[in-house]
Amino acid sequence: MKAPLSWLKDYVDIDVSAQELQQKLFSCGFEVEELIYVGAEIDRCVVGRIEKIEPHPNADKLRICRLNCGGYGEDIQIVTGADNVFEGALVPVALDNSSLHGGVKIKKGKLRGVESCGMLCSGEELGINDDWYDGADVNGILILQEDIPVGTDIKQVVGLDDYIFDIAVTSNRPDCQSIYGIAREVAAVLHKEVEPVPLTYHMGTFRTSERVGISVQAPDLCPRYIGHYVRDIKIGKSPLWMRRRLALSGLRSINNVVDITNFVLLELGQPMHAFDLSRIADSRICVRRAKEGEKITTLDKNTFDLTPENLVIADGEKPVALAGVMGGLNSGISEGTTELLFESAKFERANIRRTSRALGQKSDSSARYEKGVDAYTTGVAINRALNLIDELGCGKIACDRFDIAVPQEPPRAIETTAAQINALLGIEVPQQEMCDILTRLNFNVAVHGETLSVTPPAYREDVDGYPDLAEEVIREYGYDHIEGTFLDTAAVTNGGLNAAQQQAARTKRALRGQDFGEIITYSFISPKDYALLRLNDELARAIRIKNPIGEDMSVMRTTLAPSMLHTLVRNIRRGNDGARLFELASVYIAKALPLAEMPAERATISVGVYGPKEDFFSAKAAFEAIAAEFGLQFGYRAAQRPFLHPGKTAEVVWNGQTIGWLGELAPDIAEQLSLEVPVYLGELDYAALEGSLGKDVQYVPLPKFPEIRRDLALIVSEDTACADAEKAIREGCKFVTDVRLFDVYRGEQVGEGKKSMAFSVTFTPHDNAIAPEDADGYVRRILKTLHEKVGAELR
Amino acid sequence: MKEKIERIRREIGEGMQGVTTRKQLFELKMQYLGKTGAISALSKGMRDLPPEERPAAGKLVGDVRAWAEEQFAAREEELKKEELAARYASEKIDVTMPAHLAGGGSVHPVSLVKQELVDIFAGMGFDVFEGPEIEQDYYNFQALNIPADHPARDMQDTFFIGGDFLLRWQTSSGQIRVMESKKPPIKVLSPGRVYRSDSDATHSPMFHQMEGLVVDKGITLNDLKGMLDEFARRMFSSETKTRLRPSYFPFTEPSVEVDLSCRNCGGKGCRVCKGTGWIEVLGAGMVNRRVLENCGIDPDVYTGFAFGMGLERIAMIKYGINDIRLLFENDVRFLKQFRD
Repeated sequence: MKAPLSWLKDYVDIDVSAQELQQKLFSCGFEVEELIYVGAEIDRCVVGRIEKIEPHPNADKLRICRLNCGGYGEDIQIVTGADNVFEGALVPVALDNSSLHGGVKIKKGKLRGVESCGMLCSGEELGINDDWYDGADVNGILILQEDIPVGTDIKQVVGLDDYIFDIAVTSNRPDCQSIYGIAREVAAVLHKEVEPVPLTYHMGTFRTSERVGISVQAPDLCPRYIGHYVRDIKIGKSPLWMRRRLALSGLRSINNVVDITNFVLLELGQPMHAFDLSRIADSRICVRRAKEGEKITTLDKNTFDLTPENLVIADGEKPVALAGVMGGLNSGISEGTTELLFESAKFERANIRRTSRALGQKSDSSARYEKGVDAYTTGVAINRALNLIDELGCGKIACDRFDIAVPQEPPRAIETTAAQINALLGIEVPQQEMCDILTRLNFNVAVHGETLSVTPPAYREDVDGYPDLAEEVIREYGYDHIEGTFLDTAAVTNGGLNAAQQQAARTKRALRGQDFGEIITYSFISPKDYALLRLNDELARAIRIKNPIGEDMSVMRTTLAPSMLHTLVRNIRRGNDGARLFELASVYIAKALPLAEMPAERATISVGVYGPKEDFFSAKAAFEAIAAEFGLQFGYRAAQRPFLHPGKTAEVVWNGQTIGWLGELAPDIAEQLSLEVPVYLGELDYAALEGSLGKDVQYVPLPKFPEIRRDLALIVSEDTACADAEKAIREGCKFVTDVRLFDVYRGEQVGEGKKSMAFSVTFTPHDNAIAPEDADGYVRRILKTLHEKVGAELR
Repeated sequence: MKEKIERIRREIGEGMQGVTTRKQLFELKMQYLGKTGAISALSKGMRDLPPEERPAAGKLVGDVRAWAEEQFAAREEELKKEELAARYASEKIDVTMPAHLAGGGSVHPVSLVKQELVDIFAGMGFDVFEGPEIEQDYYNFQALNIPADHPARDMQDTFFIGGDFLLRWQTSSGQIRVMESKKPPIKVLSPGRVYRSDSDATHSPMFHQMEGLVVDKGITLNDLKGMLDEFARRMFSSETKTRLRPSYFPFTEPSVEVDLSCRNCGGKGCRVCKGTGWIEVLGAGMVNRRVLENCGIDPDVYTGFAFGMGLERIAMIKYGINDIRLLFENDVRFLKQFRD
């Protein structure tokens, strides 16, 4: 909301500086996002009188003016090229070292050999047009019309010596989306009275109802509709004071009638509309839903196809305005307008928003309705508009009006006590202070002993309980009175992470211990990601966002893999030479589509690895770290996934169920992504583990006798799995406590289709020490088992 | 005899000169003190002397043996020192060479901030509740007193799934789920992912919030301020101050914006705080009576406060990160800067 200081001063005696007012507004809940000094660009530019004009000795088109600028110099010589200047004229003079609109700097200099100590200015050079000062649009020097003392700062003359408060108004305060609303707050915070809005006007003896009939057929979308007839309209230019107000607010002056509607919108926050009555068919106005297939062409010459979702103002034949959004081209005010109907209405804001969005048509009016207009102000605004018609003398006003309103309950008093309000605030605001504050904010306060009976003003539709009153009190009393207490009355509670949350933290720590770095990626991915990974079946089961930012963020992911893959690709493309990454996040699994019940959000771990020292087993380390952290045994078996290298893919098995996978990205997909290094991905259904992570470690006593280690080099067929060999070793002897593969060798000595696997086997004695010859016996038994189970021979 | 002893003394003295290693020294020592060495031979030769000369000769031999042992021991000590010095010199390393660091992984800055907040509030008795991200309209809007035509419901802000479902707009939806299932006293933190359709240098379509909720008898706005003061001191520094100013949220009344004194300038005003000395970090307020009623909690008996903050924003302030997108790019050079 932009509020000019000069306009606020119409209604409040502001006796503090703009900066102080900014602070005061801030403290009571109205943050001034920007305090703009309107004339900030203009410096050292003053009123001067041209005392004498002489020809330039060296140039026909230039003339030498001698100016009296009062205290700045009574005989200043300035050369000008303009031909509209004359002796005795008052003009804006940019002195030596002055600055003008657009950052232009003016310095003393010579023009064709003659010294010029500044510049005479046009309106454009001051950044103003006719709305600011009559004659500012003239091509040439701005000739000032009033009798102004020479040496006066030009900003004071043309209306630039003003501030604009650009105020952030919270959405519960639509009443402050207006100059007058802000003025009320300013008055309250400065402990001043706010001047009433002028609402009186002279009226004729003729009636609105004799000229036009009005009906509201959709009261649900239009709780109040006021129409007032004005005739003998004289369309013309608005007075300077009105044009300046509009200009300060960033609006161009159109004509007196249109300017009045805009002025009232700015001042009171009520959108107004004026229909040219001569163009209304059948002298009938009807507020109704549009009929299917009806069209309207709005003032900006856009045509829309309407539906019953859209509210229109129609005459006997056709829509003449898109209610609350924009008037129709077929009924607007023109130069030839002689009679009109003023509309001041409250339209339901959700409907205005839907229409505005659906049609892609916005206006100051629709923006205002979307914020909310109160029915009380609807009534005030029509009077202000008529008051302005009267003041500007541009029409004759009917003696009655249509005011069609859904009956409203009068504002109910809120019964409370100072103690109740203070109990919420936690401080002691004296009752009298509360009453004073509420009264300053135009609340009606009746005190009956302890009880306060408080009626909010009609425009405060947001207030409906004592906490609202508490807020009003504290924002005026000052939040700096709240010094901080520490739950003096609250029960002691025992806080902290629950078991699952602690386990998640442990899981992350275990992964960090293996050099994995945590990433966070968006929960939504692209359908293209599913295509890339050849997971189109899975895409069909994924939850989609109806209104995504873009297609690439439209699917709630059912796998974290694409996000991890893109993260690795980004790191590779940026030249980072390696990474071990993980993410712990949810995947979103619908029970059925479209959603009828809450989907499952399953905690999932994704890992991704690339780099010169990394391979499949680096990714596997992530899963093994989790298994080790919680004492779980994961199994791995060769498997297939559509997006992984068929020879380098494993499923992770736990408790008989597949809970994850890992592998190298399929080389053809890597090629599509122009990757020159292999990347490894893995995913674990962490949610499946969650119930089994809480067990305490059980201590195993240290062996009483030394452990014995033996290395076994085996020759096995190429397709023998390490896990199978390991299993056979363990089965071969009950004393085996650790089996570790430490070498794999292929070559001539081993033979075609075979490989050598070297294991280090640890035997832990139970009750007696293991003698070397006992160990030899164990090894023989193990070798026998190995031979039977996996056909292994000792190398 | 005397001459022999003198000669031995002389020979040992001279021999010692040529010795440079402990091995040579040992060999030399054996020549005199070994079983077959020259001094040992003298002892053996005692037998051949007349008994009356033996005591005097015995003393002479004993003296020279003691003298020789002392000489060898002293020289041995010297050589040891020399050898150690030589070893030290040859084994000298360049201590400025890099350490053998185990990588140790990294923690995402948003997780770091979350962890720290949880630690702070857990100490004040808060539990942690993580609600669903795909939410129902009721929990995201209605129960939080966000009316049907509130701008927050605009298609521009909220991601809709269809039917009754949407991506939660705020972690406040978790408030409702907690209050439905738990009766006061309630102290709960609700961290998690939230979604808004907004994307630029300071807005991300997905980000993390942490909501805090306290409901009990006699809870006041003053308590909210006290708790946030404590949070600010522990999260940032003991000098950090908080400032409340009026604001509006549908689910709290009164509502406040909470600013922290700028860490960069200590409140004097700088580029980071745009000259104001304050940085806006969170929204808060007293839980709206209707919200309590919606959850079956009697607002005439209980009051409460709630506060919500963006974890990315806290991380950006705390670590001086200037673009929110860095947090989701996951460049390892960025990630590696953040550890526990």
